[in-house]
Amino acid sequence: MKIVVCVKQVPASSDAQIDPVTKRIVREGTRAVLNPFDTYALEEGVRLARQLGGQVIALSMGPPKAEACLREAISLGVDQAILLSDRAFGGSDTYATSYALARAIDTIGGVGLVICGKQAVDGDTAQVGPGIAAHLGWAQATYVMKVERADKDGLRLRRMNEEGWDVVEVGFPCVLTVLKDINQPRVPTLRGVLSAMEEQIPVWTPADIGADTGKLGLDGSPTRVVRTAPPPPRQTASKRLAGSPAQVAGELVADLRTRGIL
Amino acid sequence: MRIKPEEKNSWRHVWALAEVLGGQVQPVTHELLGIARELADTRGQQVWAVLLGAGTAGQAEELIAWGADRVLLVDEPQLRGFQDELEAGLLTRLIGKYQPDILLGAATARGRALMPRVAVLCETGLTADCTGLAIDPDSGDLLQTRPAFGGNILATIFSASHRPQLATVRPRVMRAREREEGRTGQVIREGLAAGDSPAMKRVLEVFQDRESVVNLGHAQIIVSGGRGVKSARGFDLLRALADKVGAAVGASRAAIDSGWISYAHQIGQTGQTVQSKVYIACGISGQIQHLVGMQSSDTIIAIDKDPDTPMMRLADIAIVGDLFEVIPEIIKEIDRV
Ligand SMILES: Cc1cc2nc3c(=O)[nH]c(=O)nc-3n(C[C@H](O)[C@H](O)[C@H](O)COP(=O)(O)OP(=O)(O)OC[C@H]3O[C@@H](n4cnc5c(N)ncnc54)[C@H](O)[C@@H]3O)c2cc1C
Ligand SMILES: Nc1ncnc2c1ncn2[C@@H]1O[C@H](COP(=O)(O)O)[C@@H](O)[C@H]1O
Repeated sequence: MKIVVCVKQVPASSDAQIDPVTKRIVREGTRAVLNPFDTYALEEGVRLARQLGGQVIALSMGPPKAEACLREAISLGVDQAILLSDRAFGGSDTYATSYALARAIDTIGGVGLVICGKQAVDGDTAQVGPGIAAHLGWAQATYVMKVERADKDGLRLRRMNEEGWDVVEVGFPCVLTVLKDINQPRVPTLRGVLSAMEEQIPVWTPADIGADTGKLGLDGSPTRVVRTAPPPPRQTASKRLAGSPAQVAGELVADLRTRGIL
Repeated sequence: MRIKPEEKNSWRHVWALAEVLGGQVQPVTHELLGIARELADTRGQQVWAVLLGAGTAGQAEELIAWGADRVLLVDEPQLRGFQDELEAGLLTRLIGKYQPDILLGAATARGRALMPRVAVLCETGLTADCTGLAIDPDSGDLLQTRPAFGGNILATIFSASHRPQLATVRPRVMRAREREEGRTGQVIREGLAAGDSPAMKRVLEVFQDRESVVNLGHAQIIVSGGRGVKSARGFDLLRALADKVGAAVGASRAAIDSGWISYAHQIGQTGQTVQSKVYIACGISGQIQHLVGMQSSDTIIAIDKDPDTPMMRLADIAIVGDLFEVIPEIIKEIDRV
């Protein structure tokens, strides 16, 4: 069974910007990193492949430089990496992205398990994992915090929710999205880094995955960003208290009592 | 699905998907109904609550009191636990049958799993984690506003060429309406059909981890600490203040990453969003990722040695001082009077 881990290259959060005209993420000239949540997905993929037998493949869609995050994935233990890169993919929203990734997974063939990170820190949508599952018609388990059991028939998983968690069993093929709690990712070994530098990473186009180009890129995306703006400032009744600790504490408590808070 | 502009009018009404956890409708549902009501009223449309679950029929009428005109109820034993695939397939069929203009879900673990699956099955768009929703007066389309890049940017998103328009809504950002006793509406019962996708998972157990669930979401007062609290012992001081005023304890990511307090307490972009009456930030500088999780609190109080942090500028009451000196005095003062 093959395991695919989907990884995304994201702008380092400190220099994220949006192009004021196209409203698209400016990727040129910004530092780019492997989406932090995806390192947990990679680690889980590598562990499960060792346990169940089989190959792990890292898959990414992005500009040519996204190759860097796939080299990082190789240094962390995946067997192979594939990059989806072509102008036609540019501007894809989560619908179009999950469509392209699903087509690629189908093209790889023999895949029983897909693992995604919880969310990408640029868009923060958490939609691509379930989107892939829907396009493929596979089962999904999201917010997975623990793999309790894995064997050839399937997985027993702990899924987090707002009040705790539940335990579910799911067969293959399926798609998981995983939380940080799931494991402690390894650090790359020197050997891993060296082999990552040598690896040839194939680049696939829409034709390679048999994708309908009408479902890709801006044209294939049901959503459009029409406006971006900095968040509006909050209106505050700013009041400053300075002085001795006893004095400010006295003023604060008096103020809270007048406001009816205490 | 993709539609032609003239087909827009055949998609009507605003649906709110009730958030059900452990068989109980969650309060975030009332917030969804609140914003759904607002959107529907600007267009003279109805609000439909969609309630999927096992043994939840008894909670349908209550959704009318919170603003629904119709409740679309599916109460089937197969819906026990959270079966994403089954629920998504069912919702997709109901959407095809009734053609709602808008479907809102909660941006919770369940909503964020279910809604993207529904979006793909319906071949339509979905905007995650919205903090603002409005109807564009010209086109009648849904304007969906959400923070991106960790809250540094607010993006407004349209899905003009597809219906229905789907959004998940961040909990505790929208205001619920007042509950209205005796409000009338209609419950429409639907069931599972032969063609619906089967359950693809077995839900074995459900754990409600009350101990580690920190009910920050519904706390009236929150005492929150950051890197300035310096240690796990420092949080004991915050807890003492919190106990005194009946508050919950929150934290910044810096405090959690330092291991002083558990992740369940984290407030912000990658933690919880809160909307408390009073938020007391102790030694938290107020980076945007933290602010997005707490800035809609009514009164913000900040205690910091540095008078010029974003949090101190944002605060309604900014106390310049060492929190280890000021907090014990506050506790003393409360005891004294
Ligand atoms: C993708 C991403 C997601 C993130 N998500 C979140 C999130 O969900 N929540 C979150 O909180 N952060 C989040 N962050 C991190 C965020 O950017 C900040 O790093 C973090 O909020 C800083 O925490 P802090 O204010 O406690 O620490 P600092 O910025 O170090 O501030 C500490 C403050 O304490 C004051 N201080 C020190 N000693 C004392 C004393 N004795 N008395 C009084 N004041 C004192 C200092 O003057 C300073 O202002 C995220 C970051 C990224 C990149
Ligand atoms: N362009 C992409 N290429 C590969 N994987 C992606 C891509 N976008 C998103 N993903 C995967 O989907 C997860 C959720 O992303 P998002 O829905 O954008 O928050 C990420 O953690 C990745 O595992």
